[in-house]
Amino acid sequence: MPAANDNSDYEMQTSAGEVGNAQTVKFSGYTLITFTDAGLYCPAGGFYIDPWKPVDKAIITHAHSDHARPGNKYYLCHTLTKPLLQARLGNNNYEAVEWNEPLNINGVKVSLHPAGHIIGSSQVRIEYNNEVWVVSGDYKVEDDGISGAFEPVKCNVFITESTFGLPVYNWLPQQEIYDNICNWITHNKQHNQASLLIAYSLGKAQRLIKAIEPLHEKIWVHGAIYNMHQALIAAGVTQPGVDYITPATPKGDLKNAIIIAPPGAEGSPWIKRFLPYELGVCSGWMQVRGNVRRRNVDAGFALSDHADWKGLLQAVKATGAEKVYVTHGFQSAFSRYLAESGTWSAEVKTEYGSDEEETAAAVEINTQKGS
Amino acid sequence: MQPQENINLLPAPPDGSGFFLFASLVAALGTSTKTNDKLSALAGYFQKAPDPDKVWVIALFSGRRPKRIINASLLPLWCIEVTGHPAWLFEESYHTVGDLAETIALLLPVAEVPAGEKKSLAWYMQQFAAFEKQDEAAKRSFIITAWLQMTMDERFVFNKLLTGGFRIGVSQKLMVNALAKSVSLSASVIAHRISGKWDPSTITFSELLSEHVQTADISKPYPFYLAYALEDDVTALGDTIEWQAEWKWDGIRGQIIQRSNELFVWSRGEELMTEKFPEYNILQQLLPAGTVVDGEIICVEAAANEWGFKPLPFAFLQTRIGRKNVTKKQLQEAPAGFIAYDLLEYNYEDLREKPLWQRRQKLEEIYAQLNTPVLRLSPVISHSTWDELIELRRKSRGLSAEGVMLKRKSSAYQVGRKVGDWWKWKIDPFTIDAVMVYAQKGHGRRSNLYTDYTFAVRDGDKLVSFTKAYSGLTDKEFAQVDSFVKRNALEKFGPVRTVKPELVFEIAFEGIAASSRHKSGVALRFPRISRWRRDKTADEINTLEDLKKMLALYGSKER
Repeated sequence: MPAANDNSDYEMQTSAGEVGNAQTVKFSGYTLITFTDAGLYCPAGGFYIDPWKPVDKAIITHAHSDHARPGNKYYLCHTLTKPLLQARLGNNNYEAVEWNEPLNINGVKVSLHPAGHIIGSSQVRIEYNNEVWVVSGDYKVEDDGISGAFEPVKCNVFITESTFGLPVYNWLPQQEIYDNICNWITHNKQHNQASLLIAYSLGKAQRLIKAIEPLHEKIWVHGAIYNMHQALIAAGVTQPGVDYITPATPKGDLKNAIIIAPPGAEGSPWIKRFLPYELGVCSGWMQVRGNVRRRNVDAGFALSDHADWKGLLQAVKATGAEKVYVTHGFQSAFSRYLAESGTWSAEVKTEYGSDEEETAAAVEINTQKGS
Repeated sequence: MQPQENINLLPAPPDGSGFFLFASLVAALGTSTKTNDKLSALAGYFQKAPDPDKVWVIALFSGRRPKRIINASLLPLWCIEVTGHPAWLFEESYHTVGDLAETIALLLPVAEVPAGEKKSLAWYMQQFAAFEKQDEAAKRSFIITAWLQMTMDERFVFNKLLTGGFRIGVSQKLMVNALAKSVSLSASVIAHRISGKWDPSTITFSELLSEHVQTADISKPYPFYLAYALEDDVTALGDTIEWQAEWKWDGIRGQIIQRSNELFVWSRGEELMTEKFPEYNILQQLLPAGTVVDGEIICVEAAANEWGFKPLPFAFLQTRIGRKNVTKKQLQEAPAGFIAYDLLEYNYEDLREKPLWQRRQKLEEIYAQLNTPVLRLSPVISHSTWDELIELRRKSRGLSAEGVMLKRKSSAYQVGRKVGDWWKWKIDPFTIDAVMVYAQKGHGRRSNLYTDYTFAVRDGDKLVSFTKAYSGLTDKEFAQVDSFVKRNALEKFGPVRTVKPELVFEIAFEGIAASSRHKSGVALRFPRISRWRRDKTADEINTLEDLKKMLALYGSKER
């Protein structure tokens, strides 16, 4: 591994080696963050970032359940993440900050920067003794107009996700995908069919609502999506109007309608009321035919809130980082690629990646559609 | 892949842009979830596509796919060359996508606004035909140029055509029905017209499917009557005397038709297979005209037993089914026969409404005059009580049968699968408890999921792998095992993961044979996962000794 030539400085294996989640890695070089069995830990500041075990002090990148877990004594997050955490985790000791608003935690300078993944999603920048680390959380580089535009942040060490870290994952420009979705809806309507779109309740659903707003049609949503919608409106985020489907909603109102539901609804009796309908799934996994066929959907739209291959490379490059740790996703391939391209890199095992989008392809596949 | 354009939304192509239309058709067929959608996509295609392209689509979808046009290992090389990715990254991508043609389509850079004029499917097929005389450099340049002008869907089908791996989830019947919507011929006439030998590069669409040439459809088979599996106690069927018992053969269902001195052999998939089984040609002379026989297409050899023949395992027939042209060697090694069990037409008269016992009588009369090793009569199992039959059924395996068929003697020959008069009563498969030791990502709809597993039994304190199995779990269970593999992978050997030996599964299989190619010394027939034994730990699985005992009892010698 060419990039591991400086490993005398590090008590590590090689650039392609894995840092197990149970061991703490010590560096004689950069030491600001260590990998522990509770998550990414900053010893100098005494805080964790997106810990997967309960800790005293947690900085949360975004409100998806694999990054924001219950049981921490203190949560620091972005102002728009706070209402989402409240909706999902209940009342806790939350502190919210804006982007680019540095805090001092035990002498460590901490600031949040837009990650472009979902509303409120942030990268965490920490600085101590002239050493800067950035933890990406989940991110995408294309501006979706609702999550905040991804901000490249210069650092010495970058910890990046790699959900779609293979070169087969390259997204179309989002407007093109939005057009495809709108055309599909129009076509369904012409053929007297409802359009049932599957999207994660936090993130993808809001993006989708925005995408189909130009159709000026009524948008019906599942309760889980409605709850997120309400939480965002309460937090002052403007959202297009949507209609909540209740058991009392007359079936006639749902004829040829547009419905957005979370993956859990797929294959449940709940969706029978929309018959006849066409099923469309919006997820980066829909890039590959096998996934579309496996989920037995009528249309797959490769619309993702994660960076594609080029996006990941672009983000890594923009940080100017000397060292890149790669977490959840295709970490071994992406890390090896970086190493071979001359950036010191290692993969890190984390417990992220059970995020709705990432597991959806694997878990929610048992969908026999009645037709 | 991008969401497919709905084929019905597409305008008729200007001259020569047929390849785009074809790629859209394949994309639409590949993702439609309903037969009706597939039918309308195909029908839409046949209304819009240029005639020469239609001929090729009929050829491709009726199993007349061209041979591999290029060595499939060259395509990854050229893709790597174009993209500049390291070879290992291509491999990694391929194992995740699970399809070579698609991997390449996804990896290549998005085409600039497609340059040059759009080509038709027939044009590409013509170019491919010229490949034989070209050197590698010329092929390389043709393919790379084409790639860089194509949409993703076009690249995908282009690569599929090149590698000869062109399989599409469309039955010939569906295609015939779609054609029937655009030409004024009945589906059965179309099926007959497109059967047999013709060359898509020379025949025209109107020659193939002219509405004026009148053909009486003498090849038309009857819809097959299919049996349900007997789940309940056999004695619940009532009086044994009302039932005819036969062995259940392990071949494929077929109909042999002799009408107007022409012979047609149909499989249950309503595929015309006459040319695949030249052994049957003799029946054209031997069977009286206007005869339709229902039975089993199966490899048999003569034997000195009460039947005078012995069925050969399905593996023999398998060497014959996939081939269009049969070699002499295959004819010798795997001679096909036909075990007749019903007579549907005699003297051009449809006998299906007559009771089984009358049809059987007639069948036996015809058989008595034939005297050919090609056509055998399915023996009736004589028994006077259910207990007796239960005992006899236990011998199925020794007789190369899969169990017993029960048919009500008074039954008419019905259409499709109907409950009540015909039952298949299969023997239970062999089973063995084993632990999963290796996993690999699947292909097609299982891409990027660990679904291909290797299993091991215990041998002392070691584990010996003995089989792979790909099917038998629900999608949900596959997802759970996939997640286990991702968390418990020990080592990587290319795409293969060594997994902590922890998950125990019951493996069912139909036969066992000695094999020197496998470390365990055995090879299984049709192994599949019958259930996930969550109640068992790896200490409780079967041993190699258990497998060897099965081999000694039921094994067949190595072929």
